[in-house]
Amino acid sequence: MSTHGAPGADATLARFAVSPARRRRDRLARGLISAGTAVALVPLVLVIYYLLHKGLSAWSGSFFTTDPTGNTFFKTSSIGGIKSALLGTIEIVALASAIAIPIGIGVAVWLVEYGRDGVFAQVVRFFIDVMTGVPSIVFGLFIYIVLIVGTGSSYAGYKGSLALALLMLPVVTRSAEVILLLIPGELRESALALGAPRWKVISTVVLPTALPGLVTGVLLAVARAAGETAPLLFTAAAARNTDFNLSHFMNSLPVQIYNDVTSPTTAVVNRAWGAALALVTLILLLNVIARLAARRSRLA
Amino acid sequence: MSGDASPSQAANVASANVDPDSRTESERVARNASPTDAAAAAADSAVMVDAATTPLVERGVSVTLDGLRAFYGNAEQVKGIDLEVRANEVTAIIGPSGSGKSTVVRCINRMHEEIPGAHAEGRVLLDDADVYDPDVDVVAVRRAIGMVFQKPNPFPTMSVFDNVAAGLRLSSTTRARGGKAKLHANVEAALRRAALWDEVADRLDEPGAGLSGGQQQRLCIARSLAVEPDVILMDEPCSALDPIATLKIEELIEELKRRVTIVIVTHNMQQAARVADRTAFMLGGELVEVGPTEEMFTKPGDPRTEEYVTGKFG
Repeated sequence: MSTHGAPGADATLARFAVSPARRRRDRLARGLISAGTAVALVPLVLVIYYLLHKGLSAWSGSFFTTDPTGNTFFKTSSIGGIKSALLGTIEIVALASAIAIPIGIGVAVWLVEYGRDGVFAQVVRFFIDVMTGVPSIVFGLFIYIVLIVGTGSSYAGYKGSLALALLMLPVVTRSAEVILLLIPGELRESALALGAPRWKVISTVVLPTALPGLVTGVLLAVARAAGETAPLLFTAAAARNTDFNLSHFMNSLPVQIYNDVTSPTTAVVNRAWGAALALVTLILLLNVIARLAARRSRLA
Repeated sequence: MSGDASPSQAANVASANVDPDSRTESERVARNASPTDAAAAAADSAVMVDAATTPLVERGVSVTLDGLRAFYGNAEQVKGIDLEVRANEVTAIIGPSGSGKSTVVRCINRMHEEIPGAHAEGRVLLDDADVYDPDVDVVAVRRAIGMVFQKPNPFPTMSVFDNVAAGLRLSSTTRARGGKAKLHANVEAALRRAALWDEVADRLDEPGAGLSGGQQQRLCIARSLAVEPDVILMDEPCSALDPIATLKIEELIEELKRRVTIVIVTHNMQQAARVADRTAFMLGGELVEVGPTEEMFTKPGDPRTEEYVTGKFG
């Protein structure tokens, strides 16, 4: 730089040059941040690597089309696949979502649009926060005591759904509340000033504007519920057969993974890897689909 | 609602305490039955389209503030104001920041009370119906009194067309609104009256938020016009716009006052001088004086007004 240019260039450069000490500090800080990022990426990459490495080898033509047989001590080719678990997870999570999403968003709408800073709203917020921190097994236990021990009946898919719905509810509510609070007050005001009743302002202006954000929050909740094992262990239990009746015992991916990894048979442990990869792929697909849907529904 | 009733909701605002959706029908009927809308009364579908093309002056509605006080919590922001806003006139409210101008207009369509902890006292009369009467339905009041905000705020998820249609969709039932053709006609009429039709006719399906700032503000005016209000409140409608867009809005205001009564809050005294028939000067939550605009700017009665309009403070 200093070898060419006008005679005054050196002086100008000296005036604006970054001091060596600051340059060193900058390099150090950048180095630390980059290293931190790399460290954080290591487990993520390893998880994905192992999932693909071990899971893909378990996938085969019949992996998704056969139920687990339970013949784990015989030929490895007859252990069966994950059909019942995959469909069971979809059924259980679908019902849980159908329960938790409308209620969760409804509570969030009430908190933001009606309850605001009132005493009752604060109480509701407090309990939602408490619920967020409750370990998932507690929800399973709750449903177990109320609906299984309490009624003297047995395990059922819908009871698993209820436990998952309880788990999802605070996540949906909290994320929806945050998103709804981001919607500018002027939008509500301009709709109100048009002579719109409040419910119409919410349903035609506030919720559509918030939709992409709501979808993200809901997805987080769905993804979390889909991967939970503990609430299903003693609510939906496990089964081998594919079943579309949610009042029967029902298989699910997390529970099958849980059972399979404890098996002494290598092929069954491998099936757990395949099931894990299937679970991750399922959640990923859900994400992509919902994001595309949300993008399409938005004009801007 | 009969006799010398204006072609407005003003008369039935006071009696409108029924469910908002079921009332819309009767509102329209009342409107059709009024003498000035006689031509339109024949065909329901013609009401708004007809209104958009008729050059006649419609008798508007006067707004009377009677001892209006407004509070935020316990803080009194507007301290007892009496003001008459005449029908088919543009009344400007000027004054320094914090003098309570915006609060006053927000009290007229009862938007003030939307702020948590805020409330208003006194009376606001549309012709002779008090919008603060306990039996009044706030939603009906806001249909009769449109509002344009400082920042252009088209609904971000809606197209140009839907933004204008939103005024109708949000405030009436499908039945009262009529079919698709009628909706389209009403949207076109509102856009024409907002002097925006020629610019957006071929891009009605594009997002409203994609228009320029000035166009967005006229879109918001069209949105409020679509509901056929009697009064339009404008809260510094040009403060976010460039001079050319401002000029367009001002021309539009001149045009609109033939059928609606306009109250405009402005920081810009030249703007008040250009558009307003009468000007009110507020200071510290009180109305200092009100009079014909020219008089206010050339020979105001109060020394404080003179100081303000000559730029000595504010």
